[in-house]
Amino acid sequence: MAFITANWNPLGEAFYRKTELYEMCWNLRDGLRDSLVATAPYGGPIALLREPHRRSPSSRPQLEIYFSSGVSVASFPWKSGPVVHLGWTVSDELLCIQEDGSVLIYDLFGSFKRHFNMGLEVVQSQVLEAKVFHSPYGTGIAIVTGSSRFTLATNIEDLKLRRLPEVPGLQGKPSSWLVLSQDRQTKVLLSVGPDLFILDNTACTAVVPPGLSPQAGNIIQMSVSFSYKYLALFTDTGHLWTGSSNLQDKLSEVETKKSTPPRQMVWCRRPKSQQPSVVLMWDKLLMVAGVCQDTIQFPIEDPCVLVGELDGVRIISSSSQELLQEVPLVCQDIFKIASMAPGALLLEAHREYEKSSQKADEYLREIKEQSMLGEAVRQCVEAAGHEYDSNTQKSLLRAASFGKCFLTDFNPDVFVATCRELRVLNAVRESAVGLPLTFTQFKQMTLQVLIDRLVYRQFYPLAIEICRYLKIPDYQGVSRVLKHWASCKVQQKDLTDEAIAKAVCMKVGDSPGVSYSHIAAKAYECGRTELAIKLLDFEARSGEQVPLLLKMKRSQLALSKAVESGDTDLVYTVVTYLKNEMNRGDFFMTLRNQPVALSLYRKFCKLQEQDTLKDLYNQDDDHQELANFYVTASYREKRLESRLSLLQSAVDEYNKAKNEFSVKATEDEIRLLRFQRRLDDEKGAGLLGLSLQGTMEALLALGLNKQAEQLYRDFRVPDKRYWWLKLRSLAEKEEWEELEKFSKSKKSPIGYLAFVEVCVKSNNKYEAKKYVSKVTPEQKVKAHLAISDLEGAADAAIERKNESEIGVVLSRCSTNDRLLMDKLNRARNSIAKK
Amino acid sequence: MAAHLSYGRVNLNILREAARKELREFLDKCAGSKAIVWDEYLTGPFGLIAQYSLLKEHEVEKMFTLKNGRLPSADVKNIIFFVRPRLELMDIIAENVFSEDKMHSARDFHILFVPRRSMLCEQRLKEQGVLASFINIDEYILDLIPYDGDLLSMEYESAFRECYLENDQTSLYHTAKGLMTLQALYGTIPQIYGKGDCARHVANMMLRMKREFAGIQNQILPVFDTLLLLDRNVDLLTPLATQLTYEGLIDEIYGITNGYVKLPPEKFAQKKQGEASKDLPTEPKKLQLNSAEELYAEIRDKNFNAVGAALSKKAKIISAAFEERHNAKTVGEIKQFVSQLPHMQAARSSLANHTSIAELIKDITTSEAFFDNLTVEQEFMTGVDTDKVNTYIEDCIAQRDPLIKILRLVCMQSVCNNGLKQKVFDYYKREILQTYGYEHMLTLNNLEKGGLLKPQTSSRNNYPTIRKTLKLWMEDANEQNPNDISYVYSGYAPLSIRLTQVLARPGWRSIEEVLKMLPGPHFEERQQLPAGLHKKRQQGENRTTLVFFLGGVTYAEIAALRFLSQMEDSGMEYIIATTKLINGTTWVKSLMDRLESQTP
Repeated sequence: MAFITANWNPLGEAFYRKTELYEMCWNLRDGLRDSLVATAPYGGPIALLREPHRRSPSSRPQLEIYFSSGVSVASFPWKSGPVVHLGWTVSDELLCIQEDGSVLIYDLFGSFKRHFNMGLEVVQSQVLEAKVFHSPYGTGIAIVTGSSRFTLATNIEDLKLRRLPEVPGLQGKPSSWLVLSQDRQTKVLLSVGPDLFILDNTACTAVVPPGLSPQAGNIIQMSVSFSYKYLALFTDTGHLWTGSSNLQDKLSEVETKKSTPPRQMVWCRRPKSQQPSVVLMWDKLLMVAGVCQDTIQFPIEDPCVLVGELDGVRIISSSSQELLQEVPLVCQDIFKIASMAPGALLLEAHREYEKSSQKADEYLREIKEQSMLGEAVRQCVEAAGHEYDSNTQKSLLRAASFGKCFLTDFNPDVFVATCRELRVLNAVRESAVGLPLTFTQFKQMTLQVLIDRLVYRQFYPLAIEICRYLKIPDYQGVSRVLKHWASCKVQQKDLTDEAIAKAVCMKVGDSPGVSYSHIAAKAYECGRTELAIKLLDFEARSGEQVPLLLKMKRSQLALSKAVESGDTDLVYTVVTYLKNEMNRGDFFMTLRNQPVALSLYRKFCKLQEQDTLKDLYNQDDDHQELANFYVTASYREKRLESRLSLLQSAVDEYNKAKNEFSVKATEDEIRLLRFQRRLDDEKGAGLLGLSLQGTMEALLALGLNKQAEQLYRDFRVPDKRYWWLKLRSLAEKEEWEELEKFSKSKKSPIGYLAFVEVCVKSNNKYEAKKYVSKVTPEQKVKAHLAISDLEGAADAAIERKNESEIGVVLSRCSTNDRLLMDKLNRARNSIAKK
Repeated sequence: MAAHLSYGRVNLNILREAARKELREFLDKCAGSKAIVWDEYLTGPFGLIAQYSLLKEHEVEKMFTLKNGRLPSADVKNIIFFVRPRLELMDIIAENVFSEDKMHSARDFHILFVPRRSMLCEQRLKEQGVLASFINIDEYILDLIPYDGDLLSMEYESAFRECYLENDQTSLYHTAKGLMTLQALYGTIPQIYGKGDCARHVANMMLRMKREFAGIQNQILPVFDTLLLLDRNVDLLTPLATQLTYEGLIDEIYGITNGYVKLPPEKFAQKKQGEASKDLPTEPKKLQLNSAEELYAEIRDKNFNAVGAALSKKAKIISAAFEERHNAKTVGEIKQFVSQLPHMQAARSSLANHTSIAELIKDITTSEAFFDNLTVEQEFMTGVDTDKVNTYIEDCIAQRDPLIKILRLVCMQSVCNNGLKQKVFDYYKREILQTYGYEHMLTLNNLEKGGLLKPQTSSRNNYPTIRKTLKLWMEDANEQNPNDISYVYSGYAPLSIRLTQVLARPGWRSIEEVLKMLPGPHFEERQQLPAGLHKKRQQGENRTTLVFFLGGVTYAEIAALRFLSQMEDSGMEYIIATTKLINGTTWVKSLMDRLESQTP
């Protein structure tokens, strides 16, 4: 433990340490010399292109991809054009920017994904230099061409090329340049000799860094910090200027006394840095220059590559990888020699406790006296997070655990979370996985992204273990991993469709949030349509199945899936698609096999395409519906003749449908229409459109009794109805004599109470009386009451000895009818006695 | 405003709040002042979710009804169309948008489909060339709307027609979706029972959708123990019969739409003391009817013959309460009396309203025509002479009574006879066509397709068996103090509710034979609950069943279910859901095809 500070180097007030991350697993014959190297922050992968300028076809340059720890992932000869620059996207894809401006994208495993171009004019002028940069918008590319023009693409996923304005006086490439992402704007900062320019969408503006003396010389190297907040400029006189990237403030100036340009210059900061610094690298020297004007110098042997991180700089050489960072304050507090910080005392206390020494108690008391035990535990936990060595982590966490035993109300959440997360971090730092993340980086990138990164590296089991260990909800964790796994699995060319489908189904099962259609789409992309269909079968959401099936031209299947889902809109989607894709015959045949779809399409046609509807019925020999169709259509016709002919068609179809009733009814309708038209023409009767009953009624009203009579016979109208009709019509016209004659023409099929009531309704009680005597005994009381003949009603009721009828009459009596009431009551009593 | 929704066994206000939240979210998506253009049909249902005040809070300044031509002018930034996904409405919208563009263009157009967006409609807008004019095209998933503390309706008018005549199961899809929403809010329903083809279809879709959501486990303790899905065509008889509960009669006679009824104004004229009666109002009196009104909640489900007694009892209580003031001596007592005044006055005006309504109804129920009609209905239901042409129906046709009345009776006879003899069947049809016009042929066709009016196919009439087994006719129905659901139709116990009742106790196994006679399959499904959500039932705690009527439910049926909930020994509480609140008239109307002649 005493050696923890051994690799600490003071810089101003702070300390810097260099920790070894890996001994590199790779075996590079020529080191990193003569290679294009692409590295990515957050422990990203490394790509190497050896001797990129070798052009003879016999010995093509080799493109190699490694994990951060040097584990080889892919290696293949570069067959495309000369590459100017390599870079990684935020989703671990490799960008190869070629001289002609085309950008090829490969995945982590070296398989080609797609390509795009940085603009046509580039083909002519060629790319001189390119840079890949990251911003909140994603991964971007900037190039400078032979004609000294800059082109920017802020997000390669949503490619929008921006050609920046010309830089006055620039020939060839600038002496140095970089991309700034500030205030939601992406700009280029470049130097031409001693002058500095900012190039944005609209203009090229000359700028002067505050406090940079004019004698400083030409700016030949520049660097911007990870957060784009700080800028460092290096001039050919060895002068290093640092300040804010908006060029408002100066931090410091350092004389490096080096006149050769550094091979690389990178900011080395951490969030809340006490002593930010810039790391400069020459062939044999690595220099850390702090803003306090102090420097630390390390000799180096091999050519190295510096990778700027959020909280430090990784130094990759052919043999090893180290992390150079400012020692976090809390670690300084604990490990600084003779530190009296509570965390340091707690660590000491625990150490003594392990030795079973009573000094443990003394240390503890000392902390407790200052009531700093909580703080001590917090410090130990935090420091553990920042330590890379697992033994150091353990001793710090043990000390914390020991300390919290003496606290009563300590919230263990942070402690537990740190333990868990450190375990995860240690696992991904393993050389085989090669993600040398610091705790700070991990927090910044989030667990979600870490899992994505593991998935890109195809460490599926590890990713799943982590999800389970950290108890991430399935649909954010395990399911997501499984989804990627399955998408990758379907691309395995050496396995049969069955084997893959089975494997996928077994692993994925019903995992929430895994979309089989997504996996199937992947399979289809790789040209495995059969596999895609097999996989789609597992998809529970039809809404997802159907579009893909249509894309794969499995329209029948799509239709049946849509029907299965019950979502009629989805069915309509497929039907509309089929209608456009197929010829009419096939389309109809397809629908025929899907009654639900057919009904929906019919409904649609009813509203939109009447003619198609007819064709559909015709094709299905659905005579009944076809007939109904004609009937409906007949009502839309303006001319009687066409209406009749449509009705005639309906008759034919009803005949074919063996619907005798409808045949008869429609024929009757035709007959009635003809009759009405004839009479309208002859007598102007205005009958057309009336029902048969209405027609007869109108005829009677017009006195055309004979014609009414004729309809009555021709249409075999039931006597009852006709009698009612005639009775009412005569009463309405007050033809009382006719009415009486009619009543005697034969025995009334509707009885005679009707006569009484209709007469009363026409306010003719006198006529009504004539029919009372003819009424059947059962209706006598009612008849008498109808003409307000209480006495008659009473007599009839008493005669019939009907209690309830007596009651009815009684209820109609008023106080004036005392005698009658007595009579009725007496009769009722006598009936009751019996 | 919607407090009555939360009084019941299940707090349906949660559903309403969820719907309101979604509405607010959509409105906020369209920043700035807004005008809403309404598909008129939606205003009623929407009124139950959100009043104008909510819309106003979200900068809705104007409201229009969707109609052809130009939009009325309004100085707003956003125009939002609230529409059902119907093609004919799209054409109107297109016309609106077009004429607007010519005028001034700084407006943003949005469209909100209720309850679901539709590809066909969007395509239609595209064909019309206006699709691109819309900034937001969204859907407002409003499937089940809370109508009362125990009642949900989708107000999907054409559900029955679409399912049985057009083989279009869109409404069932919406039903299934609505039930999923309900389960998301009230927990997975562990048991599903059903009877009928549509019920089966809905249950299948629900189980399927559950698989789609697999993994997003619902961690809500189930509120409903059971879901019962019932096809309307399992019980075609009940809606055809005239409802005899207070609420049922209001609906039969005046029609209740979205919880409101419009009544003839004469009886409601304000008569103030000393003032001569002023001019009678001519606007119909509009009243809201729900359980928020204490008196209405008390009498709505009573047989109408028991309403008078209830009203006079209430009148006595209220006047007694007003008399209290004479007993109030101390300042404290007077203060207490005064504090109760508003409540008492509300009760008094409620009493006045319902007395008036009851009088209006009584005029009708005591008429001879009503009595005759009811007698025939009851004859049919008890199986008297259902195989012959009925004289009363004949007379009614001869008198040209309203067609719907005839259709209701004829259909009822057909249902009670398991189809009419071919001769009787043809006779009725001919009578109807000759009297009301041949244009009703398609309507008759529809009724036949829907199974309401059909020729007898087998010689066996199984209605009597069903009636006897399920005790559909109770001779001694007690209207005043009912002891059986048959009181809602003064003797007839609704078949649908009997099925529900038997399911609860002793179970459907006891009536397998009858179930087989009724159309469609009957089934039971179970949905697995996540561990830890199994209810530990308290002793004596009631179970809750959601009864979903696919194709509509009547107020009398609802009354019967409420009666069952209140029965002390039933051990079951019912919540009712349906595609549409119906009565015989609206139901038959929805099955009619109106052909109008164009020949001059």
